[in-house]
Amino acid sequence: MSTPTAEIIARCQALFDDLNFSYAREWKAAVPGRIVVGYMPFYVPRELIHAAGGLALGVLGGGEQLEVIQGDAYYQSYICRIPRSTIELGVTNRLDFVDAMLFPSICDVIRNLSGMWKIMFPKVRSRYFDVPQNYRDDVGGTFYINELNELREMLAEASGREVTDAAIRASIGLYNENRALVREVYAFRARQPWKAPSSEVYLLMRAGMILAVEEHSRLLREYLAAAAAEDRPRRDNSRVVVTGAFCEQPPLNLIKSIELSGCYIVDDDFMLVNRWEQSDIAEDGDPVANLARAYLHNSANTSAKYEPDVAQKGLYLVEAVKRSRAEGVIFASPSFCDPALLERPMLQRVLAAHDIPFIAFKYAENSGQMQPIREQAGTFADSIKLWSNQ
Amino acid sequence: MTVTAAAEVVKDSSMLKQKEMISGNYRKLETAAADGRKVAATFVPGNLNELIMCFDMLNNLPEINAIQNGLRKKTGGYIMEAEKRGHSEDVCTYVKADLGMIAKGNIGPDGQKLPNPDLLLLSYTGCFTFMKWFELLRDHYRCETAMLHVPYQGDGKITANMIAYVVRQLKEEVIPKLERISGVKFDIDRLRENLARSARAEEDFVWVLESAKKKPSPIDAYFGGVYYIGPIFTAFRGTQDATEYYRLLRAEIAERIALGQGPVTPTGDMPNERYRLVVEGPPNWTSFRDFWKMFYEEGAVVVASTYTKVGGLYDQGFRHDPAKPLESLAEYCLGCYTNRNLPARIDLIEKYMEEYEADGILINSIKSCNSFSAGQLLVLREIERRTGKPGAFIESDLVDPRYFSPANIKNRLESYFQMVDQRRAGGGSAPARAA
Repeated sequence: MSTPTAEIIARCQALFDDLNFSYAREWKAAVPGRIVVGYMPFYVPRELIHAAGGLALGVLGGGEQLEVIQGDAYYQSYICRIPRSTIELGVTNRLDFVDAMLFPSICDVIRNLSGMWKIMFPKVRSRYFDVPQNYRDDVGGTFYINELNELREMLAEASGREVTDAAIRASIGLYNENRALVREVYAFRARQPWKAPSSEVYLLMRAGMILAVEEHSRLLREYLAAAAAEDRPRRDNSRVVVTGAFCEQPPLNLIKSIELSGCYIVDDDFMLVNRWEQSDIAEDGDPVANLARAYLHNSANTSAKYEPDVAQKGLYLVEAVKRSRAEGVIFASPSFCDPALLERPMLQRVLAAHDIPFIAFKYAENSGQMQPIREQAGTFADSIKLWSNQ
Repeated sequence: MTVTAAAEVVKDSSMLKQKEMISGNYRKLETAAADGRKVAATFVPGNLNELIMCFDMLNNLPEINAIQNGLRKKTGGYIMEAEKRGHSEDVCTYVKADLGMIAKGNIGPDGQKLPNPDLLLLSYTGCFTFMKWFELLRDHYRCETAMLHVPYQGDGKITANMIAYVVRQLKEEVIPKLERISGVKFDIDRLRENLARSARAEEDFVWVLESAKKKPSPIDAYFGGVYYIGPIFTAFRGTQDATEYYRLLRAEIAERIALGQGPVTPTGDMPNERYRLVVEGPPNWTSFRDFWKMFYEEGAVVVASTYTKVGGLYDQGFRHDPAKPLESLAEYCLGCYTNRNLPARIDLIEKYMEEYEADGILINSIKSCNSFSAGQLLVLREIERRTGKPGAFIESDLVDPRYFSPANIKNRLESYFQMVDQRRAGGGSAPARAA
């Protein structure tokens, strides 16, 4: 007999496995005039899409299930896999219901993909979504407010309806609620990781890439209640933070392998958009200005963002370790990922200065051989248990 | 005037002048501390040389150091040193060549120690890696950093919002920091004078680039082009030296045209122009001469290249404008080649194919440079489809000798030239002949 937790996760798994995005297709077809807006990692203001009557659809590549045939013809061997599988999704018509695509400024590969999309799918509205690297309200903030308003106009054109301030405020409220629940799930897992395995939390968060925000929030609530009620054995695992996986996603088996090797993942950066803003965005006043302020002053750190203060560089990872009471960090980065791999030596130096142990490996979204990962993570977990207090 | 040096490498007077300019800048860098000069490290695309000069600061360019070290075959060791220190084999080799050089004592390409920068001036134009590179340098030097975030032309155009954002950063962040570090007050009239000198040099530079429309082309716009862009892309734009260099270069090219000569190569004038190519992507530096030779030995001349536009698209009409100094700097930064979206890049290449009457396009895809490389296979398809001209695709790297395979590249090029011949025989573009 399946438990409530298993039922919730089974639904998330079905959403994860469905590369035809049936949920999003049905959502769009249910009410005339609805639009679906795809977005790539690491962040877009989903509130604006929701306020335009749209469904924000996270496009995170094809994972391990998708056989990439045509997508490989567009990229050299030294380029990561997510753009290949994303193109494969496009050219095999799996995204043919998507009205617009957003490409955030995460790296040069995704940036250039925005232009490729314009050429390959000229009927789809495609936008490179720029965010400021200057965090002053009167400099980067002013620029960003104008960018947000340009996006707002594009979404209004796509949906054929005005995106009003009132609608944006209501959407901010719904996403505030959703982010609070996401933070609660992460906090719950950090407290009792044996009750919320990361393979489950991952699928639960991944569901947030496709479900309507209201529905995802319901699912998060149900999971929190079900997981808390379920009795699961507690293992003597090491507690680790996984970092570097904020764009191309690791195979689900990689997450399971880390767990099976004796690690509890107590924090991660798999889908930063789910908890990009660290606390609630203001719901009164100018909603676009509120979105901009939240980005500038209250958003997560990742290597796609410039850190103006050298003294602060990498401390977010140290804080994540402390907050989640982790004992070590696993750098798991996609092969050829410029942001993650260029950042890694700086983060490792900061961790070393704080006596936090770490290991590093690379993966691709379709990596199939998990034995080396299990051995490496297992050795790391053992070393933490054996020597961390010496 | 052409001069034959002892090593049988042919150099024009302009090349000798440029060599002296580069050596002079390295000498100034070496004695910067003794001379009381402050040093700004900055990048080539979107550099603010005219502004830096307003503060009497010297300009040190890590990319140029990597290129110079690559040409001297020093980068292989530097890259391995950086990889030993934890930098991934997957990332940009300019970065690793720079970090490896620093790790080994920061001895510059000319054998002298480079100074620590007083300021890292990060003009974040057209390349994400720049941002991480300067964070890595800041991690090492612990010096001040000024960030100039230049938005990407996602929709293929420069908007008023983008210009206003860059200008605001210049006013609020960059200039105050330059004033504080240098101790020199900003004088906008001095900037205007520098910009006026830049514009004069840019006129002559464009004339040189466009001379390749002639048949035979008097220049090679890629291998020769990297010499021609040297002063205007680096520490000399806005100087009197650069203005004089381009005047000299223009006169040399005019003479070549008058004499009906083809481009100068390291072994002398190229006698017979057989193929006219447009090249997309940077060159390989560690085997630069060997790479070039594969072209000129076959009579292949590059008539237009995109690499020579990474530091500005002057041939598309942009000029630094003393009448609107800060806005002009913003437009310059925003307009660099790799800051244009892929459709705009393709349009530009197509235009070059037509205007320069090219036989085909060759893409040198660089492992290190996703800014250029991601999407190039689509670029190739689009250009072939639009122009009906054949394209070829080769792979190498900037300064990592492990990724330059001469036999493979030569084979690929020879096959490509045969393909061009066959296409001609079938009624393609006309063989090159004197205009």
